[in-house]
Amino acid sequence: MNEVLIYSLLSLALIGTVLAVILFFVAQKFKVIEDPRIDLVDEVLPKANCGGCGYPGCRNFAEVSVSSADQKQSLEGLNCPVGGNDVMKQLASILGLEVAEQEPMIAVVRCNGSKANSPAKIQYDGPASCAFAHNLYAGEGGCQFGCLGLGDCVAACDFDAIHMNPETGLPVVNDKCVACGACVKACPRGIIELRNRNKKDRRIYVCCVNKEKGGPAKKNCSVACIGCSKCFQVCPYEAITMADNLAYIDYEKCKLCRKCVEVCPTNAIHELNFPPRKPKAETVADPAGDAPVIAETKPRPARKPATESNDTQA
Amino acid sequence: MKSLMTFTMGGVHPEENKFSEHAAIVTLPLPKQAIIPLGQNLGAPPKPLVKKGDEVKTGQLIAKGEAFISANLHSPVAGKVARLDESVDSSGYRRMAIHIDVTGDEWDENIDTSPDVVREITLGKQEIIQRIKDCGIVGLGGATFPTHVKLMIPDGKKAEFLIINGVECEPYLTSDHRLMLEKGEEMLIGIKILMKALEVDTAIIGIENNKPDAIKHLNELCIRYQGIRVQPLKVKYPQGGEKQLIKATVNREVPSGKLPLEVGCVVSNVGTAFAVYEAVQKNKPLVERVVTVTGKSVRKPSNFLVRIGTPVAELIQAAEGLPENTGKVINGGPMMGKALTTIDVPVTKGSSGILVMNKEESNRQRPNPCVRCSKCTEVCPMGLEPYLLAKLAKLALYEKAEKEMVMDCIECGSCQFTCPSQLPLLDFLRLGKQRVGHLIRTRK
Repeated sequence: MNEVLIYSLLSLALIGTVLAVILFFVAQKFKVIEDPRIDLVDEVLPKANCGGCGYPGCRNFAEVSVSSADQKQSLEGLNCPVGGNDVMKQLASILGLEVAEQEPMIAVVRCNGSKANSPAKIQYDGPASCAFAHNLYAGEGGCQFGCLGLGDCVAACDFDAIHMNPETGLPVVNDKCVACGACVKACPRGIIELRNRNKKDRRIYVCCVNKEKGGPAKKNCSVACIGCSKCFQVCPYEAITMADNLAYIDYEKCKLCRKCVEVCPTNAIHELNFPPRKPKAETVADPAGDAPVIAETKPRPARKPATESNDTQA
Repeated sequence: MKSLMTFTMGGVHPEENKFSEHAAIVTLPLPKQAIIPLGQNLGAPPKPLVKKGDEVKTGQLIAKGEAFISANLHSPVAGKVARLDESVDSSGYRRMAIHIDVTGDEWDENIDTSPDVVREITLGKQEIIQRIKDCGIVGLGGATFPTHVKLMIPDGKKAEFLIINGVECEPYLTSDHRLMLEKGEEMLIGIKILMKALEVDTAIIGIENNKPDAIKHLNELCIRYQGIRVQPLKVKYPQGGEKQLIKATVNREVPSGKLPLEVGCVVSNVGTAFAVYEAVQKNKPLVERVVTVTGKSVRKPSNFLVRIGTPVAELIQAAEGLPENTGKVINGGPMMGKALTTIDVPVTKGSSGILVMNKEESNRQRPNPCVRCSKCTEVCPMGLEPYLLAKLAKLALYEKAEKEMVMDCIECGSCQFTCPSQLPLLDFLRLGKQRVGHLIRTRK
């Protein structure tokens, strides 16, 4: 009985030793040399694996960052929207580089075709998929550009940051948004856009993407942009462009002066998180306070799309 | 008794409900304004030739198809072009259309409008194809594929059979049935013309056995037309599908992703054959078609000969109005048709029927989870697995859906019809097809 025990122990030990030696050499031979910085970078990333940076997962983003640092000595074009500037600074310090500060962004739903503003003319009872409904028909309210309200953006969000408002039938973005862009890709109508967060979360944007002429647009929705160009003419910073009967505010040029909001005849331009307006004043004080608005004494000549004008103040 | 021929794989048998089969074709008066959408054919839409204020005659060319797969468009009425503007189409999207204020019905002088039947085929093969192209003939079964493209057989290929689709497998619809009964002679001449253009000796008219009067009528007429025979078929949906009809009539199977020409067949609808007759023998372009207006609550289910561009509302009015409890108005049949978002849309070359459904039958029931009963795979006429494809499309796994042959789906709706859980299978299959199609196009 003892002999059996001893022999088996010995043979097992022998096999173990031989295999260990083989494994040692194999491990030497097939050693994968990985930059230790990848692990360090990976450590600081948020591990959301949302794809907001444009790469499939945080690990891949770490690999790309390290190789970019080695090859180009810069982190240009790389940004983790979830981690924001803090994470990017940490990442840069690991790699011994500087990183330009990025403005934080947020998803903005550019449609206000709620059940009240764009009453349903027909009833949709198909599957709850915007992608499918977009192929099928224009929408319950009749607007072929507006929100279908079936929640593909909500399903795409990994951060619990966008929800449907059952009253209006429109999605609402909350503060949890990290601007990963998943909802932007999910929306078949391109309604959602990533825009500047600005100080105190103040935003001004055209809440409409309807490219139809004024008449048909207004027929389907009372708050549609009718392409009247009033905001375009009043904007002192040339932040507004007109294309296809639709105004668009460039958030990089916009100084949040709110002039456009006042002139919009259909209330299609929205202002968010601003203090209530003072009663009609000649000069509107810039609420953000980072650029003075020059009071205008004489009426400015009306700007026309795609023409040069020299009254640039920005 | 020898069993009737049909296709072998899958298929369903929905309630037939052919209420309007005994209603003779009635010519509808001209509308006040005709709206003619440009994109009425499969492929590129034609380019408009008229502008606001132009006077047009009935049958005058108003838009020219310039791309390879495109079809000419002719004015269905005489009048003045009111505007070229976007107009809401059946899906609610706005598309380019020519609006014509109707002043009368003065035909273009080159068109023979007499009711005489012209039997002698004088034109040659190329002239026939050119005439069909000039007259803007498209497949009237619903797909609206330009007919002249179908007739241009590429080098190295040879057509053996011309198969004429008189199946009308969609429930409710009877426009082809009435056309076969009332215009049988003209249709057969049209078939003869198509045979000459394709250089085939045999034409088979496939008709489902629920139209015995049409089978009898055409059988009598066929005696005088050599090479054409009528093939009665067992009633089964979707027998009117090109691939299913080829299988049913000549027992050949079209390979996946290939055209019927691969197995020596060309399929054409009976309505198209009649339109070909009018184009070639009378130089009459495609400006009118037979449309069925039907439904369980419709007071007078009818078949109308209407001009393209007539608003659907006028058709319904002619069938004694929209019933009170209308839930949906469908363009096409109940299986493949699409619900209209408004009844102000015009009749196009592809409309074969207007089906008015009441609220109870048209509203969808709440879908339940899939119970893996495999009924959808049993009935799929293309041998696909609809439950799997719908799931893949839902999960956006489009590459996988492509491998599972989603592009072979003919969108017949048999799967959704048979599903005991009322799952929206076809909806997701359509989404999958659209996305995979996009994927394939971008890959090129």
